[in-house]
Amino acid sequence: MLNSIKKTVGGEGKPTQVATEKKMEATMEAKPVANKIKLGHVHLSGCTGCLVSTADNNLGFIKILDNYADLVYSLTLADVRHVPEMDVALVEGSVCIQDHESVEEIRETREKAKIVVALGSCACYGNITRFSRGGQHNQPQHESFLPIGDLIDVDVYIPGCPPSPELIRNVAVMAYLLLEGDEDQKALAGKYLKPLMDLAKRGTSACFCDLMDDVINQGLCIGCGTCAASCPVRAITIELGKPQGQSDLCIKCGSCYGACPRSFFNFEVIDEFEAISDMIAEALK
Amino acid sequence: MIEDPYLGKYTACVSARSTDREILKKSQDGGIATTLMVYALEQGIIDGAIVTGKGDRPWEPKPFVAMSREDILKARGTIYNISPQISWLKEATRSYGLDRVGVTGVCCQMQAVRKAQLYPMNMRDVPEKIGLAIGLFCMENFSYKSMQTIVEDHAAQSLGSVKKMEITKGKFWVYTDRGNVATVPLKDTHKYEQPGCHVCLDYVSNLGDISTGSVGSPEGWSTVFIRTRKGNEVWSRAVDEGLFETKPIEDVKPGLDLLRKLAKEKIDKNRKTLEERRNFGVNKALRDPYA
Repeated sequence: MLNSIKKTVGGEGKPTQVATEKKMEATMEAKPVANKIKLGHVHLSGCTGCLVSTADNNLGFIKILDNYADLVYSLTLADVRHVPEMDVALVEGSVCIQDHESVEEIRETREKAKIVVALGSCACYGNITRFSRGGQHNQPQHESFLPIGDLIDVDVYIPGCPPSPELIRNVAVMAYLLLEGDEDQKALAGKYLKPLMDLAKRGTSACFCDLMDDVINQGLCIGCGTCAASCPVRAITIELGKPQGQSDLCIKCGSCYGACPRSFFNFEVIDEFEAISDMIAEALK
Repeated sequence: MIEDPYLGKYTACVSARSTDREILKKSQDGGIATTLMVYALEQGIIDGAIVTGKGDRPWEPKPFVAMSREDILKARGTIYNISPQISWLKEATRSYGLDRVGVTGVCCQMQAVRKAQLYPMNMRDVPEKIGLAIGLFCMENFSYKSMQTIVEDHAAQSLGSVKKMEITKGKFWVYTDRGNVATVPLKDTHKYEQPGCHVCLDYVSNLGDISTGSVGSPEGWSTVFIRTRKGNEVWSRAVDEGLFETKPIEDVKPGLDLLRKLAKEKIDKNRKTLEERRNFGVNKALRDPYA
């Protein structure tokens, strides 16, 4: 494992290979280099917070677009009207099933994207759109919003409201390595992405109660406090060593369960936190 | 870099004691964590540290963000029930605006920090802002109510009168303000341990930048593992400045052998627990957090 990372970083002391090997020689205006992956942002019923979070990687985001990925689709950032072929589609928002366009778009996304990533909790779990009661001014019949996993197969989840910029960045870099890297890099990316793929298989609803069902009731909670830190609405406090959730505050984003060290913990990846963090930092320098 | 299946990865291991008398007066053992955090804060390596203070009930831990030497000193000594340190991890970067957070915690909390760095789920700004993570050795922990039962029912001491608690030499020790010393054999305390601790596969905080604990070193000293680049940098600077007396771990008794023995005991036992959980019901497994 460590060797594969070292190789990725280009060995100890040596400057990185990831960045230099694949470095785009041409400028931004030139035709994109062949080995960049095609990245798309599909905007369904979401607040654009996930896209803002993506852009909050600042220079890191620019670097990703310079060296590793072409943004081939994004209502907000690219002038493309129809869902094109994509390697990785980041889907933000849930699907309003009364909106024909949205349903078509998510179906088409599945057909045209190799990897579909649910970006943010609305796409993963419905999140705040679960509480929608419809009645919009010009479209009063728009009232049913489903997480994308209820309509299509989803490959990777990035939970969060909004998802952390750093997690989006990590997934983007790993997706690049998975598609364009050598065997070792592919293996590393596969291992990194696996828990996020498992989350996608786990289901399309989330809630503080996941901690109760799958951590506390299973005798796994250690009262470390991570869930309380991750909760975006401060619905979780720790009382006498165990999390206490206020269910009427919970927005069903699934962050607490995803962040919990006892939901998933892959030693072979997390034990290498220093090398992997170095590698990602180096790749985005 | 040494890689030990039970003690994790480390670049160096020493036995050490703080030279700061004020810290030593109330520290659990060698005062390592406190001295390092104070040093890191004073040197600007961190802007503040998440440490354990006192909660509303006697011996109830309550984490807080310490931003001065005085605050960090309030956290000296071990409290034998879990303090939810990590609950402040994001808040420290936001409400407190810290750019470099120091965090102390037991093994599972170091795991939580590293997971938050690699898989930051709603942990914006956390991954790049961990300034120093100091892990503590941990065999198991208790819930507040468990600790209360051990001290009040088994050791027959009022929790409010207790000065120090310690687990050593096979016993749970309770020292009171008026000089009373009560002990409870560990075989009686085992059943009060947090169930979650029984699937933990880490004894010496493998994922800290630096990890420390009493086991392996003589009384009043601590064993210290230096594990990461950052840990190494802080430790070497602190030692150069004379903040610690150190001895090679090979020269002290009981040394690494005891640590390795206890680590193996814990991890092997917990691996067995994980195995048992696979066939816990009739054709029904309990969830494996590492699967």
